[in-house]
Amino acid sequence: MDLDLMISSFPKLLNATLVTLKLLSLSLIFGLILGLFFAILRLNKNIFLNKFSYFYSYVFRGTPLLVQIFIIYFGLGQIEFLRSSFLWIILKEPYWCAIIAFSLNTGAYTSEILRSAFETIDKGFLEAGDSLGVSKKIIFYKIQIPIAIRQSLPAYGNEIILMLKGTSLASTVTLMDLTGVAKYIISTTFKPIEVFIVAGGIYLFMTFIIHNVIKFLEKKYSYK
Amino acid sequence: MDLLAFGNTGWGDELFFATLMTVAVSISAMVIGFCFALIFTPLKLSKNKFLNFIGNSYTTIIRGVPELLVIYLLFFGGSGAVMYVASIFGYNKYIEINAFITGSFAIGIISGAYSTEVFRGAILSIDKGQFEASKVLGLKKHVHFFKVIMPQMLRLAIPNLSNVWQITLKDTSLISVTGLVEIMRQSYIAAGSTRDPLFFYSFAAVLYLLLTFLSMKLINKLETKYRRGY
Repeated sequence: MDLDLMISSFPKLLNATLVTLKLLSLSLIFGLILGLFFAILRLNKNIFLNKFSYFYSYVFRGTPLLVQIFIIYFGLGQIEFLRSSFLWIILKEPYWCAIIAFSLNTGAYTSEILRSAFETIDKGFLEAGDSLGVSKKIIFYKIQIPIAIRQSLPAYGNEIILMLKGTSLASTVTLMDLTGVAKYIISTTFKPIEVFIVAGGIYLFMTFIIHNVIKFLEKKYSYK
Repeated sequence: MDLLAFGNTGWGDELFFATLMTVAVSISAMVIGFCFALIFTPLKLSKNKFLNFIGNSYTTIIRGVPELLVIYLLFFGGSGAVMYVASIFGYNKYIEINAFITGSFAIGIISGAYSTEVFRGAILSIDKGQFEASKVLGLKKHVHFFKVIMPQMLRLAIPNLSNVWQITLKDTSLISVTGLVEIMRQSYIAAGSTRDPLFFYSFAAVLYLLLTFLSMKLINKLETKYRRGY
């Protein structure tokens, strides 16, 4: 056991954790927007929109995240018309490619979580709103959304942890996130166990915090 | 379509064998995972605090740390660990472990943590009366486990195990970083030499979709088989 290496690599790994957290928070925000959008499409009665949303979530949940990143980072650069458009400013950066891939991926899972949350809302709530003469818009924002958020919290907490682990794939497109730096230190020092303990410890600490925050929110928003 | 031709002109046969490799790694990882689950599920259910702690640490650590990090640990540390064990027995030459074994072991450890959780949940949801009844009947321990608990556990576990299978199948794409030629690695090679990454990675995505689709069909059949009588 090389304690010196563990101590000297800790600040480097902690620095890289910032990259991981940035990737995580940005993709969660975009993913939540995408997920909400596709969950609403999924509940739409229009068959075309419905099928489109189903297809989106099926494809992104049925393929590995690694393939999705590679298609966006290596694949999209091949399309001539994208290269000459303004989108190229974003797509040439591995950072943004990773965020796009993560957002689309977590968006697919989030849309499923939200859809099932919307579907399990008791019809009585909606009928009560209707009979009180509340408009459709307010029923959606003031009744459906808060209940759906409460319902989906446990599953969404899991999704956040899965996404935290997913951000490690950013290291495959040259980003130096926590896993990327850990791999770099391992391959230069050939001390995998020590680095694993430090980097794994940081990841576990983050999972622990996410887990407890979600637990706290669940308690806060439970209607018992 | 020329790119996918079989033989020396295209990548069809390479990708076909790579797909078989992905399936082979997934299956062996799943089996190794079951072995881990068989060890750690009793630990997690045990009343002994120390054993319980070991069981919980395994599932918490593996499920809280990125798969890629576990793979790097085994990839860089695996042969070192094996060489260390071998040196105790007096064998001091360099040992290189096959990428297939490292890969399926790494994915197996990960899938084992998920399987452990599934089995634990399944055993906990078996009616208590079943345990008591087999105790009262004085069944031997292995009869009790294999004939009473196991069949009921499997029925309850299969829907969740199908999720574990999907996760395992997708996780195998990560061991391409160790150089094992499965779908992802083969697509990487093909994309590099033809300069057509968009096509090959999209095709890889289609292959994975096909695998998940086919395995869903198969698992659904298995599920109806085990649900007979319910």
